[in-house]
Formats: sequence, C-alpha cells, structure tokens
Amino acid sequence: MNSRTVTLTIDGRSLTAPAGATIWEAARSAGIDIPTLCHDPKLEPVAVCRVCVVDVENARTLPAACIRKVEEGMAVRTDTDRVRRARRTLVELLEAGQPPGDDRRKAADQDELARLGVQLRSDPSRYVAACSNPPMPPDLSSPVIAVDLNACILCDRCIRACDDVQVNDVIGRTGKGSETRIAFDNGLPLGESSCVSCGECVATCPTGALTDKRLVDSAANGPDAVPNGSGTRRVDSICPYCGVGCGISYHVRNGRIEGVTGRDDTHTEGRLCVKGRYGYDYTHHPQRLTKPLVRREDAYPKRPLSADFEDYRDFRRSLRSPEWNDRIREVFREAEWDEALDLAARRLLEIKNTLGPGALAGFGSAKVTNEEAYLFQKLIRVVFGTNNVDHCTRLCHASSVAALTEAIGSGAVSNAFQEVLETDVIFVIGSNTEDNHPVAASYMKQAVDRGAKMIVLDPRRPTIADHATRYVRFKPGTDIALLNGLMHVILREGLQDRDFIARRTERFETLEPFLARYTPEMASRITGVPPSVIEDVALEFGRVERAMIFWGMGISQHVNGTDNARALISLCLMTGNIGRRGTGLHPLRGQNNVQGASDVGLIPRYYPGYQSADDPEVRARFEEAWGTALDPDSGLTVVEIMHGALDGSIAGMLMMGENPFLSDPNMNKVRKALQQLSFLVVQDVFLTETAEFADVILPASTAAEKRGTYVNTNRMVQIGRQAIEPPGEARLDGDILIDLANRMIRMEQGESGPRWAYDGPESVWEEIVGLTPIFEGITYAAMERDTVVWPMEEPVLFTGSFPLGRGRFTPVSFAPPDELPDHAYPFVLNTGRVLEHWHTGTMTRRARALDAISPEPFVEMTPGDLARLGVEDGCPVAVSSRRGAITLKAMASSRVADGNVFIPLHFKEAAANILTNDALDPDGKIPEFKFCAVAVKPVPSSD
Amino acid sequence: MAAPLEILTAPLPAETDPGDIDAYMAGGGYGAVRKALKSMSQTELIEEINASGIKGRGGAGFSTGMKWNLCADRFPRYLCANADESEPGSFKDRHLLEAKPHQIIEGMIITSYALGINLGYIYIRGEFFQIIDQMEAALEDARKHGFLGADILGTGYDLELYVHPGAGAYICGEETGLIESLEGNRPYPRLKPPFFPAAIGLWGQPTIVNNVETMAQIATIVDMGAEAYKQIGSEDDTTGPRLFGLCGHVKKPGIYEYDSDVTLRELIYDAAGGIRDDNRLKGVIPGGISAPILTPEEIDTPMGFGALGKLGSMGGTGGIIVMDETTSMVDALLNASSFAAHESCGQCTPCREGVPWMNDILRRIRNGQGRDEDLDLLLDICKQIHGHTVCVFGQAPGVWPVRTILVKYWPEFRACIERKELVVPPLEESYLRPDQYEHIPPVPGNFRLKTEEADAAG
Repeated sequence: MNSRTVTLTIDGRSLTAPAGATIWEAARSAGIDIPTLCHDPKLEPVAVCRVCVVDVENARTLPAACIRKVEEGMAVRTDTDRVRRARRTLVELLEAGQPPGDDRRKAADQDELARLGVQLRSDPSRYVAACSNPPMPPDLSSPVIAVDLNACILCDRCIRACDDVQVNDVIGRTGKGSETRIAFDNGLPLGESSCVSCGECVATCPTGALTDKRLVDSAANGPDAVPNGSGTRRVDSICPYCGVGCGISYHVRNGRIEGVTGRDDTHTEGRLCVKGRYGYDYTHHPQRLTKPLVRREDAYPKRPLSADFEDYRDFRRSLRSPEWNDRIREVFREAEWDEALDLAARRLLEIKNTLGPGALAGFGSAKVTNEEAYLFQKLIRVVFGTNNVDHCTRLCHASSVAALTEAIGSGAVSNAFQEVLETDVIFVIGSNTEDNHPVAASYMKQAVDRGAKMIVLDPRRPTIADHATRYVRFKPGTDIALLNGLMHVILREGLQDRDFIARRTERFETLEPFLARYTPEMASRITGVPPSVIEDVALEFGRVERAMIFWGMGISQHVNGTDNARALISLCLMTGNIGRRGTGLHPLRGQNNVQGASDVGLIPRYYPGYQSADDPEVRARFEEAWGTALDPDSGLTVVEIMHGALDGSIAGMLMMGENPFLSDPNMNKVRKALQQLSFLVVQDVFLTETAEFADVILPASTAAEKRGTYVNTNRMVQIGRQAIEPPGEARLDGDILIDLANRMIRMEQGESGPRWAYDGPESVWEEIVGLTPIFEGITYAAMERDTVVWPMEEPVLFTGSFPLGRGRFTPVSFAPPDELPDHAYPFVLNTGRVLEHWHTGTMTRRARALDAISPEPFVEMTPGDLARLGVEDGCPVAVSSRRGAITLKAMASSRVADGNVFIPLHFKEAAANILTNDALDPDGKIPEFKFCAVAVKPVPSSD
Repeated sequence: MAAPLEILTAPLPAETDPGDIDAYMAGGGYGAVRKALKSMSQTELIEEINASGIKGRGGAGFSTGMKWNLCADRFPRYLCANADESEPGSFKDRHLLEAKPHQIIEGMIITSYALGINLGYIYIRGEFFQIIDQMEAALEDARKHGFLGADILGTGYDLELYVHPGAGAYICGEETGLIESLEGNRPYPRLKPPFFPAAIGLWGQPTIVNNVETMAQIATIVDMGAEAYKQIGSEDDTTGPRLFGLCGHVKKPGIYEYDSDVTLRELIYDAAGGIRDDNRLKGVIPGGISAPILTPEEIDTPMGFGALGKLGSMGGTGGIIVMDETTSMVDALLNASSFAAHESCGQCTPCREGVPWMNDILRRIRNGQGRDEDLDLLLDICKQIHGHTVCVFGQAPGVWPVRTILVKYWPEFRACIERKELVVPPLEESYLRPDQYEHIPPVPGNFRLKTEEADAAG
C-alpha cells in the first residue's frame, strides 16, 4: 500500500514522498526543517500550535504541515514572507504570555519556544503592554514535577504523552478560550492526582511549564547549576531497575548525576517510569559504603544493628542521620582493602579446608552486569570449589524456568513485549504489570487503545485491569483449576489448533482425558469464578489468531508455581500461540539483569548458557576451559542454602548485592541462619540489613559507576556505560571478585597458581561468548551499533521447532496452597511490590523522590473487612502469622477481595517476610510468597 | 414594498399549545411526512430538495442539497439537527423551537428517510432547558402517533430521534465541535480535512448536520413542492422564506418572515417600525455578530446570501442588530470581541492567544489608553489569525467584526486614541464612506482602507 509515492515540490525542490505522508514528514526527510511546537513524531499530530503552517500553491489558507497530507503535484513553500509573519506573530503572542525568567524556567537551549523566538527574531514587546493577568502560583505539590501554568503554551504534548504513550490518562484540558489550562484528573493539584510520576510529560514539554524538580543537592555544583543545563555531559546507559531494560541517559555535571532522560533510539522509545527517571540519586546517598569494614572483635555474637527501628519514622530518619554512622562504628571498623580481602580469603579457605567446599556458598545478584555475574559464579565454582551459587531468580521465576525447560527446553521469553501491538488478545495472569514493569505495561495499554483485547486474571486487582477489556478475579492459589477450566472449554468447543498440536507437540493424549473433569462448573467451585465467565474467557482466547501470554510472580511464587506455569504452557501450546509474531510465552523478568545473570550461569545446576552442570561431558569442557576440577554435585539453591546455614552445613558465604534478610521468606528463620554463619562477606553499595551480620563488608559500585552488559526480559543484550566514579575507596564489583579470586588462589596454590587477568568487561564478555553458544556472534561492537537479542537475529523464538524438538504437555492437578486460613489465622496474605520501590528498598528508599511518594508500609484490606475489625482507614493494625508479627497502617482498598490482605515487601520496619511461609515448590524451589494465613488485629493508636 | 409571509410563522389555532400534536395535525401537520414516506422514493426526495435550491439556514448559506449529495455511501449514517443557537443577536431558532417543534421533527423524519438514516439527534443549546423539555415531550407525542420508532406509518422504515442538551459553549454549534460533544468529548472542532462530516462524522460514520430551521424548511418544501418553494425569493440568490430576527435600537424588535428579496431598509423601517426615538442609523449587523457590519449607505441591499456576500458581509443567521447614532462603535466592538475571547474554545494557538489579545487592546483603547500603533497591530493580528486556525471561529466571530468595524469606523477609533477617552463623534464624522474602503473577495469581512493609512496598516 505504501509503495505508492507522490511527487511534489518543497521550496522549489522536486521530491517524492510516500502517499499518506504529511508535508512535515516529506520536508524532514528532504532535510527541510519546518518549525513546530505541538508536533513530536512520537505523538499523533493535533495541529494546534499552527507554527508549522506552510504556503501551498492555490490554497486559500496556510495549512498546518504536520497534518496536511502530500498530494501529487503539490507546490509547497516553507519560508515565504507570509509564512514567516504568521509564525512570528504566533510566537510573539505566546512569548508575551510567558513568565519572566526565574530558576524554574528551562535553560534557554532547552526551551523550544525561546529558541524559536530567536530564530524568527520575534518581538513580544509589541504585546506586553496589553497584558494584565496576574501570574498563577506554581503547583509544587508533586515530589518530582514542578508545574508553572504561566509558561504553558497548550501544545498538548504532555496530554498525548500521558494519555496516548504512557496511557495513564491523567492530563487533560480544562476551561475555554484564554482560560484554557492543562489539568490533572478533574483539576487536582498534580501531587494529589492519579499521576504516577513517570515524567513523560516533562520530557516532552517544550517550555518551562512542566519541569523536573531538582533531586540532587546542588551545593556541590555551585549556585548556578541547572538541571540538564549547559556544562552537563550525557552518558547513554540502561536503567538499573526492572527487566524491561529501558534506555536512559545520565546527565552528569561535576561528577554528579543531575538528571535522567529516556533514549528515543532504544527499544523503549524514550519511555521511563518514576524509578528510572527520578530514582537515580541513591547513588550519591551519604550512606554509601566508601571503605571496607571489618567486624570488631567485641561485636560478637552478631545481632542486627537496626532491629529496634520499629517505627517507620525512626527508620526513615535513620536514612539520613549521623546516628546511624555511630551505630555502624560500634560494630565495624574501617580497614584497608588489603586487610579486608586477605581476611576474607583466609577465612573462606579455612572453612573450605576444614569443612570441605560444600560448606561454602555464594549469593550473586541480578543487579550486576553479565560480566560480574559470570565472574561471581566462576569464583564460587572454580575457587570456592562448589556449585552452591544462586541468586534471587530463585525467588522469582525459578518455577517458570523449570516448567519451560521441561516443556520446550528453554526458559527464555519467546517474544518481545512490544509485539503486543501486533496481537489480538493479551492474556495477563499473576502480573501487576503497571507497578512492576511500567514501561512494558504502557505498550499493553496502547495495544488495547488500538483495538487489542486484554484479559487480566488476578486475585488482587492490579491497576492494569483498569485498562483491560476483561478482568477476572479468582480465589488465590487456584490458578490451576482456572487454567484447566479454560482448556476444558477450548477443547469442548474444538478451538484447539489441531495442526500445531500434531506437528509441534507430544503427549497431548495425556492432557485431553485429564481435562475432562475440569468442567466450568467444577472449576468455578474451586476458583469462585462464574462458569459463564470461564467460558467467555476461553472463547475470547481460543477464537483469535494471535494471543500473547504474560505472567509474573502471581504464577511462580507458589508451592505449585511450576505446575501453574505448566498449565499456562499447555494453554499456549494447545492453541498454537507460539513461534509467530504477536504470540508467545512471556514470563516478565523482574530484575534488570535476572535474565543475563541466569544466562551466564549464576544458578547452581547450569554453567553459562544453560549447559547442565550434571552432564559429565559439559563439565569436562568447562574443567578444561577454567583449568580446574569442578564440583560434580548439583549445588544448593537460595532457600536450601539458608536452611544449610541454619543447620550448620553451610558455614561461609559471599554475598554480592543481595539482601536475603529482607527478601527471603520467614525472616526470623533467615535471621537465625545469618547469625549462625561462621563467616560472611558482603559486597554491596549500602550497609544492608544482611550486611549487619557480616564479618567483612566490601564497598562496591552502582550501575551508574560501571561498564558492562545486561540482558532484559526480551533477551536484548544492552551496554550500560559508566557515568560517574565510585565514591571514596569503593571499587567495581568485577575488580573485587578478581582480586578476591587471585588472593585465594595465591593462598591455596602459592605464586605458581593461575592468575585471573582481564582487560575490562569486554575481555570478560569475550570469555563468556567463547563458552556460551547462545551468545554466539554478540560483541560489544555489535551492541554499540544496534539492538541485539540472543540468539542473534531471533526476536521470535521457536518458529520452526523447540529446543526439545516437540513441545511437551504435562497435565497438572489443582492442589491447595501450603498453609490455608483457619480460625486462628483467617486472612490470606499476598505480598508484592509498589511502583516506587524496588525489592528490599536498599536503593529506592534512599532515593529522595521515591521515598517521598511512598514513605511507609501499609496493609491493603477491603473496607468491609476493616469495618468488621472496627478499624478506620489509615489506623495501625497488627498482622501475625505462625512465624511472626508486624504492625503497620491499614489502607482501605478494593483491589483485594474480602478475606485477603496485601503487604508490600520493601519495608524493613514492617517486613512482609516476617510473615511469609518458606514452603517450597518441589521443582523450582521457589517459596510461596503469595499465600499464607495471617490474623489481623486492631492496635490502639499511639498518637 | 415586500410583503410579510406566514409560511414558517403560520399561527396555530388560538390558545393551543405549540407542542400540541393534535392541533398541529389538524392544520395539516405531518402531511409532509406521510407524503414523503408513502409516495416518494429516497431519490425523488433528494431531487426535490436539490430542485428547491434551498440554502442552509445555519449561517454559511451552503446548499443543503449539495451537503446531502456529499454523504458517503456508508451505513449507518446519522442526522444531527443543530439547535445550539448561540450567535449574539440571533433568536430565530429559539422562536421556531418554541413555536413549531413538530415541524422540525417532521423535517428530520423526512431528511432521515431520504438519506437512509435510522438514528438522529437534536442538539439543543443547554440554556434552553424549557425547550429541551418541550422537545422531549413533542418527540414522545410523535412516537405515540407512530411517526417515530419501528415501522413508521407501516412503511417498514425505522427511526429514533433523541434530544441532546448542549454543553454550554458557543463552539458546540460548530458542526464538528457538535459531533465531538455528542460523542462525549470536549467540543473541539475536528481537523480538516476531512472537510465534511458527511464523509466522516459521528462515530466515524457519514453524518448530516443541519440547522433546525433548515429542517423545518424541508417539511415546507415537501409540503408545497419544490416548484412553488423556489418561487419564493429569487432563484439566482436565495429561495424560500426566511426568518429575520430584529434586535437592538428598533422600535419593534422580533421575528419577521419575508423572502430574501426584502431589503435591510424595509426590515428596519417597515417591519420593525424604524429606529428608537427616530434617531439616525449608525450601523447594522445583518446576520449575527460574525456578519460584517453595514453602514447607513449600504442598507438598500436585498437580504439574499449572495447579495450580502457581494458587500463583503454575509446572510448569517438572519439575526439583525441595529445600532443608532448614539452607539459607541468602540464599545460595540469591545463587546463583540469580549464574546469571542470568552467563547474561543482554546484548542489552537492563533485563536486562543490572538482573540484575547485583541480584546485586551480594544479594552485599552476604550479606556483611553490606546497607542498610535494599536489599530495597525489589531489589523496585523487579524491577518495572522485569519485562515490559520483549526475552525472558522477564529475568523468568524474572532476576526471579521474587528476588521470590519475597525476599518469602516476608523475615524471613531482614531478619535478615541487621540483624545485618550471614549468619544462618540457626530455620525457624519464617525465612519468612512463605501469608496474609502474595499472588500477583498471571496472572504467576508476582509476589508482594507483605501486611504493613505492603508499603507501604514500593511
């Protein structure tokens, strides 16, 4: 269709443009710049500013180039006197209404109106004398965005950015004529509106109407420092938070990050969420570790430093107070790197020599680069001599990966989330996508705006359900019954893809009879979903050509998490929704590099590239490559290692960037386990709750301080670049690992032993690629050039076959969760995250803006349950389980159902994981974070 | 001397409620519907309307037949009768809505039938709450009598009509603004192209938006036949009866029905009884505030759309605003400009920013703080708004009154600025004679001084 072109002249130059292109687009592709204020190629044109008017031969009026389509033979002039005068008058009228310059204004080179005024030699003073309106006061209610309506020129870019790109629907217009304003919700102050602070509006605002508030103290930069102003250096990198892996640019001035913007040239097209855009200042937090610390002799036995911060206000104060540093000094003393590393090496080797390598273990991190994760697992496997190496993927998608590996032979996401724009039905189950993967959610919401259906299934109504074409609430822990019921209906209606089943799968015959008893009525009795709804969903899903399945922790974090994933995979295979664009299985990855850390072998049973450590042939290959004998045992997983610490079989540990004290289930048990360890080395950027139990603490570096690669949820391998230097004596994680490895090797084998020597992350990456077929062909040079996915050039996996050959159906029965509610503990507790915080809050609670927006813990309950307890919204309640109790604020919400409560996991002063059950899924070894029985009691308010 | 007509204004029997469907039917009402639905094909009806030569009564005088012919060949199609009458000085729709609700419904039924429409709306200005109630009742009566609903008069044709209360802004009457408002959005006029809702309108479907008076006239055309209809008025200008609403400084303001050959002078001095206190005429706006003003030398024009267009003015809504010699034209223009500044929808920059700036400058002139360069500045802003906006609001009530009144009453504005106070000069010294300014066709209101000052004004 677009092969048709038209020929026209612009400013006398003859050119061809695709039919349907606008004059603005045609001119731009010919290198002719038509100025505009309201147009942004990322947004639908609205033609309201009228600055882009052009002279079209024989036209009575001057049409707006941003919407007028090119026509055959059209003669356009972009720079006639008539055009220039029209533009100049408009700019003058707009400039005349601008507030006088002050520090809220954007720097002149950032203000598109000011720039245009200079270009057109405007003279707004022609109008100034007539203006008598008093200026409107600024709206400073949002913690991150300053609003100055006086500077607003109503270009509608923020409205489209908010409503059409991020699809948050917060900004609109209000009033008419000269009283027209942008407004948030129904005219609320921004800070009280439903704004989620993604900052997309700020990024697109051409004037000083919407600006970032300054987050980093400017004192260090001198009084004239202006965010994004002159003198800043831009460093392109990758967001350090979630698995979406948005492209960001750090704006650096005098060694400090002044701001973060999205990169238009990356797969996320410049979109960011509140964490990515405003959560960067943790890296400059005064509590950063800058010197190695060694536990004082008199600080044994170990106990947590921060245990008595029971009130959240105390804890928040501790984030800034010098008193916190006094507490640290009572327990730890500063040491030189040599001393700290030698001590760590010596003690770890002592344990290895006395108790055997199996008494050592390491927790790596999904926050570090591929290169660092690789070095970490290599250190544990090669130098520690054990496969006891794991990381938080175990608490995340271990069960999904187990089921996927078993069914199709690969745990990787099959299709990029952006393909929702090409699908018919988006099936989202157990995923709070808007809070946990906000930018991926924006594409889903856009897809719905453009006509796709979205079915959201979750016991707790996630906010993305507000955009869904159908939301299904079911009883927690009954996913299998629901999915089996859907498959029953699909088979009953003959909606399965018989051809796909025959060509691409096996063992379908085991599934078909098994599903016979999961009638909608039977599934309804278990799930609480009406039979008619189960039927409708099955038909909606089964009848379309293309459907994409997304899931999150709501599927995986159950004792039957692997079975949940098996059922989802069967649903997908049965309907042939894999191997094509706009289809596929997408377990949304949590951490920025959880995919990469797993890819490079930061999991016990697999060497880099999912090559089985249990396979003697594979082992032999790695023994040769790494020049040492490797542990033939499978190795322990995260929770198993904690159990090992508790029973004494694990005695020494290295933890890099992981905070199991808060992140693991049944915190009281974890505390005992950490206390029990005879030697613990923690490598981190802050003194985490886990580090409080350390013997040696090594100050490491944040994402902004290092170079390396990350793999996002779409399997894209992207380069993160160094923007700033690590503070004080803090070192790069990779350097610390290499140094520790070399010291341990020297102590064990003397000077004759091998030496680890790498020349930066590139050389580590080369070693990884040499050992890891899935990364074949991927080089730093390729990544610098373009977006790269692994395997190279395969954005859609499994187009022809699965790694296992045929996909395998595994029938799964419904089984109840491990701990059901009873009279003593009548409520079901669900845990998860909030938009503003990341996991244990180590980073985000030290980010000023994020802490301001979400300062304290809460428990979500229905207004009905609150009323039955006699508790007012916002009053404290005590929540207890068989494992512990916490006190926190009750928040009335209809997102949960009656009988259910939800607590975010981030807040140490009311840690959800004191309550959670550490029962494990037998295959994925993942704990049941999403279901345990609790009691809720009112607490008399102390205020 | 033209004679008043009683076609649209034919009185109902004494002491009957205008909404009384039985009284309306007793006088032959709904005969046009019967005739159209029972004895005419859709094609015949459209031909009949084309043959009548009727021009739409909303203000622009666009051929109704042509508008219908532009209707894209897609279904469903929708009908919107525009009763959002908000143009200052205009009240003929309100009169018709109050006096002849059933004739409007009749015209809507015939139009819908002719165009294969099964769903229509009457978009009534929100402030007309009483009319809204009356129209709801009239529709209910029509439904009870089988003129609406399923299988109308046993012909198998289905139609539903609904009242939609207007959203309280002038721009809701702009046809695409009206459609946006019907869809539940802010009434922001749509971008052009597409130029006609007949191609893409309500819910993206072909939509005919016609003024309510036009709807009533449709019934008249079917009733009397196109041949008889086009004998009224003149075939080479404007056919059919017209409703003129006279207001301002006349002795007998009100609605008067004439054909379009009637002159402005006849309307003012014969129909409306002349100027109050027998003062002299200073200016007259012939069709709502947007229609460019005419000076005393120009009132012998017939009222056809074409004739007024030749003078650089327009037929508009037929709302005639008469101003006598005591009127300050500075005040009058400030009033018109304040309305435009208040009612600009704010969507696009030239109108939202330019119209209020002009209002500010005019207010300053009126307050005796005018600057020498202000009149040129006003003309310059006019030029930069004109043709650069999303819809015609920026020019119709925005620019045309400013440019016309400013040019024609230039001496009065100059006097105000020079003497630094509001002055009403003697009539002879307040305005220019037709040979002192010129109109640049085809746009109404596009006036330019023919004096030396024209060069200064650019």
